[in-house]
Amino acid sequence: MLEIRNLHARIAEDGTEIIRGLNLTVKAGEVAAIMGPNGSGKSTLSYVLSGREDYEVTEGDILYNGESILELDPAERAAKGLFLAFQYPVEIPGVATMQFLKVAMNEQRKARGEAELSTPDFMRKVKEAASALKVEPEMLRRPLNVGFSGGEKKRVEILQMALLEPKLCVLDETDSGLDIDALRVVSDGVNALRSPDRAMIVITHYQRLLDHIQPDSVHVLYKGQVIKSGDAELAKELEANGYEDVIKSAA
Amino acid sequence: MTAQNVIALTQAESALIDTYNNHVGSLPGDENVLLARDNAIYALKTHGLPSRRIEAWHYTDLRALLREVPADDLSAAAEKVAPLLDGSSVFTISRDGSVEGRVEGATVRAYDAALLDGSAAADLSPLGDDDAIGRINGGLVNSGFEISFEDGVAPANAIEIQMFAVGGQLHSRLNVNFGRDSKVRIVERHIGTKGSAALSSLVSDIKLGDGAEVEWIILQQEEDISSYLGQLKFALGENAKFSLFILNAGGKLVREEIHGVTKAPGADFQMRVINLLGGDSHTDVTMVLGHDVPETTSTEVIRNIVFDKAKGVFQGQIRVAPDAQKTDARMACNSLLLSDAADFSAKPELEIFADDVQCAHGATVADIDRKQLYYLMSRGIPESKARGLLVQAFVAELVEEMEGQDLIEALENVIADWLEARDA
Ligand SMILES: Nc1ncnc2c1ncn2[C@@H]1O[C@H](COP(=O)(O)OP(=O)(O)OP(=O)(O)O)[C@@H](O)[C@H]1O
Ligand SMILES: [Mg+2]
Repeated sequence: MLEIRNLHARIAEDGTEIIRGLNLTVKAGEVAAIMGPNGSGKSTLSYVLSGREDYEVTEGDILYNGESILELDPAERAAKGLFLAFQYPVEIPGVATMQFLKVAMNEQRKARGEAELSTPDFMRKVKEAASALKVEPEMLRRPLNVGFSGGEKKRVEILQMALLEPKLCVLDETDSGLDIDALRVVSDGVNALRSPDRAMIVITHYQRLLDHIQPDSVHVLYKGQVIKSGDAELAKELEANGYEDVIKSAA
Repeated sequence: MTAQNVIALTQAESALIDTYNNHVGSLPGDENVLLARDNAIYALKTHGLPSRRIEAWHYTDLRALLREVPADDLSAAAEKVAPLLDGSSVFTISRDGSVEGRVEGATVRAYDAALLDGSAAADLSPLGDDDAIGRINGGLVNSGFEISFEDGVAPANAIEIQMFAVGGQLHSRLNVNFGRDSKVRIVERHIGTKGSAALSSLVSDIKLGDGAEVEWIILQQEEDISSYLGQLKFALGENAKFSLFILNAGGKLVREEIHGVTKAPGADFQMRVINLLGGDSHTDVTMVLGHDVPETTSTEVIRNIVFDKAKGVFQGQIRVAPDAQKTDARMACNSLLLSDAADFSAKPELEIFADDVQCAHGATVADIDRKQLYYLMSRGIPESKARGLLVQAFVAELVEEMEGQDLIEALENVIADWLEARDA
């Protein structure tokens, strides 16, 4: 489903290279975990996947279902089924969460040539998804992410994911800022979306998320490269021993 | 009258004077009114329209900007549209001096009556040498209302005054008195006729008695080939609260002046302005506010969205009189410039002669926030739509804080329609 080949990406403004020859393949139905020390380029990778224009790809390619998506803007990538749950969701004063959800869902449908949702259908879908993720309906009337607590923001990210039904989900530290109960609620939400035709990339620092969301593969990112890949066991080793050994043996 | 021309008149100036000369016989008024009209037009003839050399018009060179003045068709009949808020009492400004509709607890009479009995004569003199709106309107006024709300009245529904720019020119007056402790919502609408250029002017004189609470909403939606000149004067009694909301969403050349004073302690003035500007329009909101007595408050928030080659101006002058201690006055003007040629000039001016006061002003200019744009797009919202949402969000705050879901929705729709019409 996703094939990243020798990807090099730099900060557009100052030319600093962050992703330095990264290779990664994720198959349909697979849950891939990405771990790695702070500043290794995990969030940057997620931004580059989603098409954020602050980063420039200088070499390599990103193939999604066999096609390069480098020329597509973030909205076009989203309409094709790509979704990024942000590490730091953006606050948008003046745009009510409900209004935003409706526009996003309908714009994606339009781009795919589907009919727009009727208001009752939309309301029903939102209500169901919100109650599953324990998001208070009152919150959806507030401006998007404005004044939401850290955990609320993360839950609303997963709510968006559930409603938009993407094919490739990238979750950037969705577990950070969640209390123990919220972690379970959010993990259940993510697991509910697991399906043979959907792939997930889960970026995290902690094994405890991977206890809830069992990964099929684990990849260690360091200085903009995948330096080691393995199965769920690799995450447990890292949890026990830290990154030092992996980094040393890669050098 | 032998006019001593010191200037070569522009096309617009000549047209205004011609309008007067052609219609003076049929304009309503007794001999005192006629004299006042004559004086106003004579001043226009000798001084012309103000250019940028006149300080109050520095950012709006009326002489250069007002290029054409459409001919005035006196027989044009007023039109009507559905009110902004269901259930409103609607009054339509018309030239035939008729008054349709009524409000419980208020007397309404056509301004014609005041012109005919001469009581209007004193109103017709301009505020000063630079008062071009007072001159034009004073010379040509042909319609309007006098409304007086009794003490303590609180109509359940809004009173909507419609000024329909038909027949080329419409020059009107509104004198409104709000009795002690009355509580009233007024909607003032300026509506154009599709495809026909107009010049309209409105001078309003508003007095709030002690304890009166008035919300005054101005919705300016002239055609983008039309000119509108407004002048709203107000005076506030003890503990009176005056909330003025202005939405400019039309017009090619617009000047909206606000001249207000607080006359007794406890008076509060709130002003919120949303300017939606596009094309090659020019829109100027100029406020002169006097805190004349101790313990009065005011807050002005102006939000501007500027596209294309449009130009906007906000001049906000707050004057705090020497003994007006404990004044609290705050003013903020924020602009979102959406093209390189878009322009907004903000000129805040504080003249403070008292020492124990709180006064603040700020002006900012911003562009669309790229992080917010990216976030919306990452959810599949195409760039143009995402920009539209953020533009709307920039002014939404001022609408959301208003009272009543029906009003909020009505104003949101006007804003959304304006933005959509641009995209189409
Ligand atoms: N727009 C930017 N401007 C400046 N530096 C940047 C920018 N984007 C990324 N970087 C730098 O690139 C490096 C990688 O950042 P990134 O956020 O991808 O790390 P990460 O692996 O997600 O870290 P963490 O685990 O702390 O979230 C960091 O050193 C960061 O400071
Ligand atoms: Mg990160």
